[in-house]
Amino acid sequence: MFALVDCNNFYASCERVFNPKLEGKPVAILSNNDGCVISMSDEAKKLQLPFGAPIFKWEQFCKKNNITVLSSNYPLYGDMSARVMNILEDFSPETEVYSIDESFLKLEGFENYNLTEYAAKMRSRVLKWTGIPTCVGVASTKALCKVANKIARSNLKQSKGICIIDSEENRVKALKWTKIGNVWGIGSRLKIRLQDKGCITAWDFTQLPSDWVLKNFSIVEWRLQKDLQGISKIPLDGVSSKKMISTTRSFEYTHTDIENIKERISTFATKCAEKLRYQKSSCHMLIVQLSSNRFEKNSQYHRKSKTVLFSHPTDSTLVISNAAIEAVKTIFKNGVKYKKAGVIVSGLVPNDNFQLNLFSNENPKHKPLMASIDSLNKKFKSNKIKLGNQDLKRTWKMRQERLSAKFTTNIKEIITIK
Amino acid sequence: MSNKNLVFFTPKNSFGNGVILIDAGISAGFPSPADDFKETRISLDDELITNKDATFFAKVSGQSMIGAGLDDNDLLVIDRSIEPGNNKIAVCFLDGEFTVKRLRVEGTDVWLQPENPAYPVIKITEDNDFVIWGIVTSVIKKV
Repeated sequence: MFALVDCNNFYASCERVFNPKLEGKPVAILSNNDGCVISMSDEAKKLQLPFGAPIFKWEQFCKKNNITVLSSNYPLYGDMSARVMNILEDFSPETEVYSIDESFLKLEGFENYNLTEYAAKMRSRVLKWTGIPTCVGVASTKALCKVANKIARSNLKQSKGICIIDSEENRVKALKWTKIGNVWGIGSRLKIRLQDKGCITAWDFTQLPSDWVLKNFSIVEWRLQKDLQGISKIPLDGVSSKKMISTTRSFEYTHTDIENIKERISTFATKCAEKLRYQKSSCHMLIVQLSSNRFEKNSQYHRKSKTVLFSHPTDSTLVISNAAIEAVKTIFKNGVKYKKAGVIVSGLVPNDNFQLNLFSNENPKHKPLMASIDSLNKKFKSNKIKLGNQDLKRTWKMRQERLSAKFTTNIKEIITIK
Repeated sequence: MSNKNLVFFTPKNSFGNGVILIDAGISAGFPSPADDFKETRISLDDELITNKDATFFAKVSGQSMIGAGLDDNDLLVIDRSIEPGNNKIAVCFLDGEFTVKRLRVEGTDVWLQPENPAYPVIKITEDNDFVIWGIVTSVIKKV
């Protein structure tokens, strides 16, 4: 058996822990740069504030309905997430942190446990220790856990946050309740194709001949179908390193100057290289993306990306940043108002286990240099050591006009108690 | 080459810088006589935090708990995993504000007792919006 523990409205719930006044009130959290709504409390959902609503359009609506709107506070959410995931690790020897707010637990050998009680214990401990409410779905496969979790979440009062699919009858009932578009891994395009085939619910999907699924879709959908049939084909992805690392940002203002863009890209590349070294991996490939504002009506949408392959895997800021800047030079177009840029590194391999190249290898001087930079930047808690092509004076700031405090990660911002 | 000078360390599960790593390695010189008596430095994290996932910090503001040694600007270590009970010092959320007081519990009745005669005892009633947020385990003060 597996369990999926999912935090309810995670970002909004984190805010509520340190500002209990928001309990029972509508709360909405904005994306980076205060762009659009990415998380909200149930009360805000009830008011029908849509996900992804650009705040500049919905400001009045939020004011009128007394919705508390906050900038996203990732240092806080990251720390609260680590706490929740640590607590869950006590409940199973094998867990998979699936995202910032959900974790799969393998419950093998728990046959003699009362799983409903066990799930209730998970919920109550996470709630008590961190203040974060969760839902738990338990089933024989990961895909069914997702289904179970959705059911638990959809009717909190009745489910008490727990749904267990432990019989064939339950499984059929749960799948018939689940619309095909809500199934884990079924995106909008796949949904349309499946609906054309007459699949309205997850149950319909499980009734398609599996050969046909394999032939017309891919191994991924085939595995998903088996998983939904109760045959576990999607294994727990243990302590997996990320397969891809990206740093992408929308700018506060648009930029038309290549120097500004180069600076941003260099900074993003530096960030990616740091993340790589943090997870002790190197990358084979780099992708640089630039795009203009999609919502700008007066100019054509411009989006371009460039992929660079490295001759040997690298985690060096110097190599990655230089390659990224070269890439910018090839895709930058004069006159375009750039609104968004990103750097993605991919083709990741663990540092202790990669193929050496006969003809080219990382400059051996980079490794100790990067280690020193990392330790200095960690010591001073900010990026004191930068590359020359990064802006040394100006500090680029995210727009975060409604930011709550870093209650758990900065001693100067902890809560005050009378 | 003999192995006897290779020393293995068990990493400490903490973000603190508490471990002294005396790595004499496999150098040819005379090994440090202190190597055999190596211990880890005292870590305040270990002393003051029993459950790191449930522990939060907060700052005291005001005088209501001076009798219990909680002065203005002191740092509180709060453990949310501890069960609230009579006589414990608790961080509560009462009617829209965080407050720290000593809990008095008798049957189903709960009072919040300040440790300063200038402040009144608060009886919690059904009309209050009241949550016990966590239990104070230590007070850290600068002198």
